[in-house]
Amino acid sequence: MDAAVHTFSMTDTEAAQAPVLVLGLGNILLQDEGVGVAVVERLQRRYRVPDEVELLDGGTSGMSLLEDMRNREHVIVVDAVRTGKPPGTEVVLTGEEVPAFLCNKVSPHQLALSDVLANLTLMNESPHHVTVVGMEPVSLETHLGLSEMVADRLQALTETVIEHIRAAGYEVEQLDPEAWKKNVSLMTEA
Amino acid sequence: MAKRIVVDPMTRIEGHLRVDCEVDNGKVVKAWSSGQMWRGIELILEGRDPRDAWIFTQRICGVCTTVHAIASVRAVENALKLEVPLNAQYIRNMIITAHGIHDHIVHFYQLSALDWVDIVSALQADPVKAAQIAQSLSDWPLNNATVFKDVQAKLQNFVNSGQLGVFASGYWGHPAMKLPPEINLIAVAHYFQALDYQRTANKIVSVLGSKTPHIQNLAVGGVANPINMDSQSTLTLERLAFIKSIIDELGDFVRKVYMVDVAAIGAMYADWTQYGAGVTNYLSVPDLPLDTMGTQFELPGGYIQNADLSTFKPITGYQDAFFEGGVKESVKHAWYEGGKGALHPYDGETIPQYTDFQDDGKYSWVKAPTFNDKRAQVGPLANVLAMAAAGHEPTTRNLKTVLDMAGAVAGAEIPVAALHSTIGRHAARAVRTGVILESLENQWGLLMENIGKGDYDTFNEPVFPKGEVRGVGFHEAPRGVLSHWTVIRDGKIANYQAVVPSTWNAGPRDEADEAGPYEASLMDNPVAEPDKPLEVIRTIHSFDPCLACAIHMVDTEQKEITRVQGVGAQCGVKF
Repeated sequence: MDAAVHTFSMTDTEAAQAPVLVLGLGNILLQDEGVGVAVVERLQRRYRVPDEVELLDGGTSGMSLLEDMRNREHVIVVDAVRTGKPPGTEVVLTGEEVPAFLCNKVSPHQLALSDVLANLTLMNESPHHVTVVGMEPVSLETHLGLSEMVADRLQALTETVIEHIRAAGYEVEQLDPEAWKKNVSLMTEA
Repeated sequence: MAKRIVVDPMTRIEGHLRVDCEVDNGKVVKAWSSGQMWRGIELILEGRDPRDAWIFTQRICGVCTTVHAIASVRAVENALKLEVPLNAQYIRNMIITAHGIHDHIVHFYQLSALDWVDIVSALQADPVKAAQIAQSLSDWPLNNATVFKDVQAKLQNFVNSGQLGVFASGYWGHPAMKLPPEINLIAVAHYFQALDYQRTANKIVSVLGSKTPHIQNLAVGGVANPINMDSQSTLTLERLAFIKSIIDELGDFVRKVYMVDVAAIGAMYADWTQYGAGVTNYLSVPDLPLDTMGTQFELPGGYIQNADLSTFKPITGYQDAFFEGGVKESVKHAWYEGGKGALHPYDGETIPQYTDFQDDGKYSWVKAPTFNDKRAQVGPLANVLAMAAAGHEPTTRNLKTVLDMAGAVAGAEIPVAALHSTIGRHAARAVRTGVILESLENQWGLLMENIGKGDYDTFNEPVFPKGEVRGVGFHEAPRGVLSHWTVIRDGKIANYQAVVPSTWNAGPRDEADEAGPYEASLMDNPVAEPDKPLEVIRTIHSFDPCLACAIHMVDTEQKEITRVQGVGAQCGVKF
């Protein structure tokens, strides 16, 4: 870490809110638990998204995500998901499936997220659409980095997220590999 | 006959707290606190560059990201005896205090108020009467009938739409709910407003830390916030003025709403000053360093024995052997290989040895820490008592304010001794919020003054020697004493242990089979309805548990599982 390179940006806190939020959730220290964060990082590193789409590594945060989700047009949650399907399976949940998913507690973070959504509902400030794009985990051991199978399928999962961003009406552009290699990744891609 | 109730987290992947109680004649007679998941996150750090440790440690917990980052850089700096520039200390101190205010507000309103406040009852309130009561307590401008009517209408819509289920753990109508409808309505209105103000507090963390939930501005040796009054990409006067305006806004909410609500609601539940004391040895550490080596602090900390403030012994600084030498952890009742007695964190071992839940044997993944071989309670209560014992003026003043307000509502004087209780932990948290708000204002002033002198330093380069060095970094986090312990060999991490606040409070029985703070605090707690143990949840929530997430309940006699999703419960990754 070079202390000198970091600079402030007022846009971190003051910019107008983007209508679309791609929210990666998960604990990167528990292997595939961090798949949502890995997807967001890949999007940040290898793609360019328009200003109307915000990419956020939410980690395992709970209530602090309230402000991030409030009044969005569309929130795409990317997370490790357990629905009983084989490990490595992609899972997409939309519409009525989302609250059911949250109530049935199949995601590691559903509680944080369901508390946030409950409070937003109470305030009448829920995001208009919530989509969950997830993957069944292979391993949740204490370990930094994804399992081989989930790592192999990370690109496909990322592309699924991109399809949903495009379906919301926003273009996503892939960067030249030479360009993205300069973007630092601490967590998932050494 | 004693009935066993188990308040258990869901089988969530991240596993959390399970509390077992034996209830006899309407009260708890025996209790066990069990952490349900082994983390072993420390092992990920072995062999890594100590300068990067904080980036990983802030991923340990979703609620406490910032605090693990702070403790980690301090541990490495302590090992290197590295000085930290004044500006960096002040910037860190502002992040620490702003985060603490955010965390305490969220804990009271979003995570525990519904243990005491019946939101369904608020629908029956008279908004005009509610406004009169609220105005008699505080001149907060939003305490008026129009606002309360709006809130009631919003709440009614919410209930009508059948969505109350999102607060599935609400104990609406429970016999232990005692507040009149008007007070419930006031509390619900402030619940909504708190959602805005916790965000206000978090904004300070985002501006200084560059991002939340994971701050990016820390570095071993200082902070990565260049200060340059001429460059827009750095910390400028404009940004500092913006922060000051946020602090002022936040101050009004803390003083006119949060502290008042805790005092008033606490006074109406005065019987809860009789329950929940538990372990009354209190440990806290000094924080907000005012010099580069960490020998002077804005907030004192130290050790108090047996609820007796005259026994207070201060911890004087980062080099003080009283703290560094006093901490040990026992695994006699935890699922680790043991047999060596309680070990100091530098020599700590984390070798799993899972057995089943054994009432008299091993039953938790949490180790049992001791201070000078005694159990100690940590958290805002421990901290406020230590600061009061040290004669810290802002603490004695804010403590008096809260106790006087509560006394006025209760119609009787409330002594400091009432703090050794379930409701006392909430009161202490409100007092501490008032104190650290003043610290935040003060640290802002110190930073401005130092920059005004032309000092723009924010970073000292760490240099790692050949051979072995070791250090401890401690931090008085919102949930209490957090310490990170590291052994560094040839510039790489050789051992790393984090002793977190919830370990102190939630730990199982220790080497001498003494109960931990959660366990001890539950003794004699009333339980009106064993299948709805609201009272157990009240006492555990008063600690601000960072490992109770969802809870569901197993009646071991009927084998019937009732899920009690905790609105008041914390979420995210704990430990």
